[in-house]
Amino acid sequence: MPVNLLEDDLDANVGTGEQEYHWTLNFGPQHPATHTTLRLVLELDGERIVKATPHIGYLHSGFEKLGEHLTFNQYVTVADRKNYISPPMNEVAWHHAVEKLLDIELTPRCKYIRVIIGELSRISDHLLCTGAAALDLGAFTAFLFAFNLRELIYDIYEQMSGYRFHPGYTRVGGVLYDFDDKVLQRIERVLQQTPKVLKDMEKLLFRNRIFLERMRGVGVLTKEMAINLSCSGPIARASGVTYDLRKDEPYLAYPDFKFQVPYATEGDCYARFQVRMEEMVQSLEIIRQAVKNLPSGPANVPISEKFPLPDKGTAYNSMEGLIQHFELIMPNRGPDSPRDEVYAAVESPNGELGYYLVADGSQVAWRTRTRPPSFIHFAVFPHLIKDHLIADVVAILGSLSIIAAELDR
Amino acid sequence: MSAETPVTSHPIVDQLSERFGASVIRSSTFRDNLRVLVDHSALIEVLSFLKNDAGYTFLSELGGTDYLGYPDRKEGARFEVHYVLLKQETSERIIIKVGVDDPDPTLPSVMSLWGGADWMEREVFDMYGIRFEGHPDLRRILMPDEFTSYPLRKDYPLRGRGERHNFPKITREQS
Repeated sequence: MPVNLLEDDLDANVGTGEQEYHWTLNFGPQHPATHTTLRLVLELDGERIVKATPHIGYLHSGFEKLGEHLTFNQYVTVADRKNYISPPMNEVAWHHAVEKLLDIELTPRCKYIRVIIGELSRISDHLLCTGAAALDLGAFTAFLFAFNLRELIYDIYEQMSGYRFHPGYTRVGGVLYDFDDKVLQRIERVLQQTPKVLKDMEKLLFRNRIFLERMRGVGVLTKEMAINLSCSGPIARASGVTYDLRKDEPYLAYPDFKFQVPYATEGDCYARFQVRMEEMVQSLEIIRQAVKNLPSGPANVPISEKFPLPDKGTAYNSMEGLIQHFELIMPNRGPDSPRDEVYAAVESPNGELGYYLVADGSQVAWRTRTRPPSFIHFAVFPHLIKDHLIADVVAILGSLSIIAAELDR
Repeated sequence: MSAETPVTSHPIVDQLSERFGASVIRSSTFRDNLRVLVDHSALIEVLSFLKNDAGYTFLSELGGTDYLGYPDRKEGARFEVHYVLLKQETSERIIIKVGVDDPDPTLPSVMSLWGGADWMEREVFDMYGIRFEGHPDLRRILMPDEFTSYPLRKDYPLRGRGERHNFPKITREQS
């Protein structure tokens, strides 16, 4: 029974029996636990949430419209701003779709390099997600541990491409620069330090009573719901859907590696957290194998294939390279793409990240539709939060890993 | 230049054309994508057959495309909406496409089959103005409610038409 402090209203309610009314609460965008520009309108009965309406749309920058005006190589800088927590994975996804459309077979070395940067960004994304979830529930130290480790991964990005945050590393048919020894040394450092940090985070969190009580049994997503609501990635795997594109629809060099797909059946916040922690261990395993078996040979497909952008040395020192560079850079020139459309997806840290690409024969896509995992998972939020308390908003939001730039693209 | 090849025989395509006859307009494969263009009157039946009887239980993606001015496109509707379905047991995918035309683009909503279609249909509505009949909550999702155009249509310029500068201003007294 809600209490009304206004005396007049009390008088008015005398004799009318029980009167039900609900409060409305704006949660975000300035709330620290909504992290970015998320806004939730909550309808409350006391502290119990009756209905939640998520609002998105403070960042809308027309990324998909830009995709209709930038060439396949140029758009990579926009693609990696979508999920800015794991940019290389977005680049891999974008050029995976483009290469499928243009029917380009990558060199073995390039496939391994892309696997390595993809898995590094998965670790980076999961570290942020688990660390921020812990921070929102009051565990500050775990967050510092996670962020400290992410710095090492940014060091790798910086060494391989020159940019710390948005590497823009992939190109059609290859990568910007080949890996050198220093990059491999830095990867080695991450491989050595990460297991210890993950153990420390587990020690801090998994015996922390407050953390467990706020995560267990909260925001349960059943297997049927997960399939019906199009969930993918760790969120679906925590509910017992074991689908993983790396295993079930292998792309790049994933068939070469031995790894497991962790899953849980509880479907609550704690299960999602644990699946992410375990996925980082598996990603490290993949990187370890990829670095050990990294094939030699060129990282890019030869320029005789017409589509790849030649590196600077080839462009400045050979006639073919110069012509190829000119053809690709000048507007209204360049090779033809098929007048057709293709859907290609990769397993990003948050789930299936797909591109539906329509090409009109030029080097610019007619339509670049992104299948954004965060967008689809944010739509699940009102189903999960129903009948929970306000405090659980933070736990559920943290376990879903919503990235605002990917929401409204 | 198109590498598209028409599908002559594929088990699921055969089943579809057997059941739905002329409603299955065209089927093709490109790379590893299997695509079927269906008539919009049979859309819900085709999708519910695929979901309930053929095992394609997962709606992995839903989106639209505007083909206004697409080179050498003489037939077909202005917009097309695609539904990428996934059969998780066998990792098979099928893309169902449906054409929808001006001046009043309307499609049946697939919310009755997949709850996940909720926001994706709202996004297609917001970006292209395609209405989904039967959707319980068809509102704009990315653009503000005051916005009157559909930004991803091909006749909408990249830099906009200045709508954002002309939004009504609300003073503190009015709020």
